[in-house]
Amino acid sequence: MRADQEIIHEWIKPDTRVLDLGCGDGELLRHLVDNKQVHGYGIENNHDHITACIKNNVNVIEKDIDKGLASIKDNSFDSVIMTQALQVMHRPDLIVDEMLRIGKECIVTFPNFGHWRARGYLGFRGQMPVSKFLSYSWYDTPNIHFCTFKDFEQLCVQKNIHILNRTVVDNEHQHRWWTNLWPNMLGEIAIYRITR
Amino acid sequence: MLKKFPDDSIGLVAPQAIEFTEPLSLACGRTLNQYTLMVETYGELNTDKSNAILICHALSGHHHAAGYYEGDSKPGWWDSAIGPGKAIDTDKFFVVSLNNLGGCHGSSGPNQTDPQTGKPYGPDFPLMTVKDWVISQARLADHLGIVQWAAVIGGSLGGMQAMQWAITYPGRLRHCMVIAAAPKLSAQNIAFNEVARQAISKDPNFYDGRYYDHNVVPKTGLMLARMVGHITYLSDDGMREKFGREMSAGKLMFDFNPQFEVESYLQYQGERFSTIFDANTYLLMTKALDYFDPASEFNHDLAQALEHVTAKFMLIAFTTDWRFSPERSREILDALVEAGKEVSYTEVDSPQGHDAFLIPIPRYMEIFNAYMSRIAADLPIEQHGDIETREKESSHAR
Repeated sequence: MRADQEIIHEWIKPDTRVLDLGCGDGELLRHLVDNKQVHGYGIENNHDHITACIKNNVNVIEKDIDKGLASIKDNSFDSVIMTQALQVMHRPDLIVDEMLRIGKECIVTFPNFGHWRARGYLGFRGQMPVSKFLSYSWYDTPNIHFCTFKDFEQLCVQKNIHILNRTVVDNEHQHRWWTNLWPNMLGEIAIYRITR
Repeated sequence: MLKKFPDDSIGLVAPQAIEFTEPLSLACGRTLNQYTLMVETYGELNTDKSNAILICHALSGHHHAAGYYEGDSKPGWWDSAIGPGKAIDTDKFFVVSLNNLGGCHGSSGPNQTDPQTGKPYGPDFPLMTVKDWVISQARLADHLGIVQWAAVIGGSLGGMQAMQWAITYPGRLRHCMVIAAAPKLSAQNIAFNEVARQAISKDPNFYDGRYYDHNVVPKTGLMLARMVGHITYLSDDGMREKFGREMSAGKLMFDFNPQFEVESYLQYQGERFSTIFDANTYLLMTKALDYFDPASEFNHDLAQALEHVTAKFMLIAFTTDWRFSPERSREILDALVEAGKEVSYTEVDSPQGHDAFLIPIPRYMEIFNAYMSRIAADLPIEQHGDIETREKESSHAR
């Protein structure tokens, strides 16, 4: 399991209801079901991922998250997770609102555009950053709403969202002590646990 | 006749008529004292009887779901999904398919002889509900010694039966596959059914359903009913693609004979159907559809109706299906999620409308195969000895 998933795994309580938005091949949910006996559903719209979920015995719902989650009732999940997908959404702010409406707690992970490498790329080369981790060009990237940790936390303040935990990992999903010294410069991926 | 069947066909099949003598109380208040079910089975039931799959048919379906009859060139109606190595793999599963009560293919129904009068039941055959069918199917399971189905699978009205199974007999199925279905019919759905029923009952040859006595059939009515039904099975896109505005003569004829391809096609479909289907059965099947509403017994709360369900659900809908659109499948999905049940849902992009559920669309079959492999993985592992014995038996049979 990826390090960010391991951290999420620790934050999820056993026997709870979990919704994973953009669940990929269902690996995280499979772990949570096997080890934490959670009752979970994944939402996904990539065909290969959906097929993989079905084979992996993971409940998967084909849906375009951008079209909203209106059919899901308020507070019907203990945790709503979204890993590495916030930046792909048309309106990340509205998705966060929806997540907090559906779930008592939400876990969000996203790449930090304020990381020194991205800043360096833009600052010195004057071009949109392309790296092994963010391998798309500006015109074909699905990542249409990048933000920095600072941006995200500002959104939380505006929306009166309470941050329960924040952890930072690097692009190999390793947790390094020094990233916490200056997360917005040194952290590549943020993992936030938030609630209203 | 086909000399050799395709490799992935179950091959030659034959139906069997099974008699039931225990009276069956129906939702309408009446009782069937005895009845016959026409049944076909494919594959072999394993020793612990855990690999059985029930196929529920839709409005015009029947027991002949797969394989060929002696002398036939066309296979059963769901041969694309059932057979060795196919999605519903007859090398792994024992597949049971029946003609529902009220049908017109040999099970007790309007066109069969009422043992009490010696005449066809005709309009006196009781109206059936989806739940009545499911209860009769449970009797069939008892007869075959099947305590729990590995899965109950159906499309359209068949999907409604699968869903009803999960509600009525939660312990008797492990998986429930509901394809292109709805939790109940909409006013629009009922309206189309009513047009079909009016077409049949207003046919001068209908004789209040006693046309058997007059040696005629309400052919025109049945044809019209099928034509209007058929339009709802296709999609606007699909029809445009298939027929467009093509004309058989290539120009306008300024008369009322069929000129556009779509007209000839519908007439042909209606004509063909009117020779193989019974009008009273058509009326009965459309009523069973109209009446289906499992939530009505639970304060009209579908999640509550599904509260005791233990089967895992797989729901599949098709993008251009407007008879039972993806929104209708999502109503079932939302209720299952609300009730905290195991469920997966996919939406297959296809131009074929409601008919898509019978067509082996690659994406559809990919999902079907993936889910069936999950059902197979849930089967208890058989003892080596059993498999060896079965192999020996089947090689003898060859």
